[in-house]
Amino acid sequence: MTQEARVAVVSARAARMRHDIIEMIAEAGSGHPGGSLSAADIVATLYFGIMKHDPQRPGWPERDRFVLSKGHAAPVLYAALAQAGYFGRSHLQTLRKLGSILQGHPDCLKCDGVEVSTGSLGQGLAIANGMALALRLTGSTSRVFCLLGDGELQEGEVWEAAMFAAHHGLDTVTAIVDHNGLQIDGACSEVMCLGEVAEKLHAFGWEVREVDGHDVEALLAVLSSPPAVAGVPVAVVARTVKGRGVSFMEGDAGWHGKAPNAEQTKQALAELRESLAAADPEQLSDAPVTEGGDR
Amino acid sequence: MSDRRATREALGETLIELANEGIAVVAVDADLSGSTTTARFGTAFPERFFNVGIAEQNMIGVAAGLAVEGMVPFTGSFAVFATGRAYDQVRNSVCYSGLDVKLAPTHAGITVGPDGGSHQMLEDIALMRVLPGMRVLVPADYVAAKAAIRLAATTPGPFYVRLGRAGVPVLYGDDHRFELDRVRVLREGIHITLAACGVMVEQALVAAEQLALDGIHAEVLDVATIKPLDAQGIAASARKTGAVVTCEEHSVIGGLGSAVAEALGELAPVPLARIGVRDVFGTSGEPAELMAHFGLTGADIARAARRLLERR
Repeated sequence: MTQEARVAVVSARAARMRHDIIEMIAEAGSGHPGGSLSAADIVATLYFGIMKHDPQRPGWPERDRFVLSKGHAAPVLYAALAQAGYFGRSHLQTLRKLGSILQGHPDCLKCDGVEVSTGSLGQGLAIANGMALALRLTGSTSRVFCLLGDGELQEGEVWEAAMFAAHHGLDTVTAIVDHNGLQIDGACSEVMCLGEVAEKLHAFGWEVREVDGHDVEALLAVLSSPPAVAGVPVAVVARTVKGRGVSFMEGDAGWHGKAPNAEQTKQALAELRESLAAADPEQLSDAPVTEGGDR
Repeated sequence: MSDRRATREALGETLIELANEGIAVVAVDADLSGSTTTARFGTAFPERFFNVGIAEQNMIGVAAGLAVEGMVPFTGSFAVFATGRAYDQVRNSVCYSGLDVKLAPTHAGITVGPDGGSHQMLEDIALMRVLPGMRVLVPADYVAAKAAIRLAATTPGPFYVRLGRAGVPVLYGDDHRFELDRVRVLREGIHITLAACGVMVEQALVAAEQLALDGIHAEVLDVATIKPLDAQGIAASARKTGAVVTCEEHSVIGGLGSAVAEALGELAPVPLARIGVRDVFGTSGEPAELMAHFGLTGADIARAARRLLERR
């Protein structure tokens, strides 16, 4: 597949995922649209452009792994998994409901394709590191991707884990920060200033790549190229817009954890359908999901 | 009973045995590997030992990740840090995902000694017992500790194995097997049941000797599995003797005493006394001094037993 075609496939997937995200959160009546929409291009790039995985064999040993450390963005993961074919799309309507495989935060015991349960912030990177250690012990070259929120970086365990990955040379780990600048109580800079995220990660021993988190071509590039120095893990700081794709949600912390009402849902879906139409719909039907990245 | 060994000494040694037997054990510790003895495993299997530094939350998280990929990780550190500092990681990273992480921290209870109350963990059984899916083992001696570690390694799901710093007498023979949900009757009796765990099993046996001098025949139970609790086994003994004293080196809130009270309340209500630390923190001192200070000696147990029998 040409690079152009790959960008088109991922963009189309991301557009449809955004539509799914709003539909499922509206149906659930609660959930986290802002951080799900900000991460949609990143997660679409991973599942439809970078990662080796097979929805028919969720436990395929050679797959690349994904840990959604910012577990409240579960809808973006569920949208990707449903589109990839891990489970039927009808499940999306059951989000957050009694008996659903789609819990409010990802539950690996209930849902195929979820590697580990997350939701309590700050814990995913340590788990991803442990997975990478185990994979190294068994001689696997599978990569482990971990998506964190920027507000999540306020959790101390993230920095314990950051130190650990560098110390142990876990260059199969890629940490991605969805840097939308907002958290529940407002701007990260006002709630608890993060300082320079890229500089901090660099100081902790990571190779840091900064990227526009909505530029699929750029995301494909930074997520596919190997570490510049063997043994140095890569952190991707992706600048994003919270609520990206829905005009009235963009850049508004109020949409961190709130479902749209009927009127708002109608408007949001209309906007997202426009984006979806702009993406090439023909790319959706035959998009490969098991093809690996460039590594 | 002259041979005294700390239960913590079992950790590194048993992990080496398990690795040699082909079990995929790995160890994660947090800068206390010498004290917990995981360093011995690290010397024998350096590629399977990971020191996270002074970062207990990360210790549990890394162990969770190792378990996701099929390893059988044991974590070290001291009981106070492994359970208290990293509680949310134990809850959410490990138990909520149902992972095969085995917590085996050392230095539980007041027998840590001079380090004082900050380091004397008296709430860990309560914290671990309430977690869904977590099994809680409190071995009474070095042999039982080895068996408990072996059982945890070979049984799916999260485990908490409570290990101590101080030497305790070796009670069991080398053929001892740890049974997950069975109390062990160490001494049969008819007048009162002494249900003990960990270092308190030694004290319960001392109490039984003292009571025997007065013609009181105490039954001594080693309740090495706090969860799942052998409620039927404890109730059977309670029905036979008609009174129970629980003995633990832990707060009387939430630990063995609470678990036994819950079981007896439902199955066989009998007069009950709880020996343990009574809702206070520990303090500096030598282990033997602290056992007397907090009323955890065999004499204290015997006194409580006599009072209970007078009341009945």
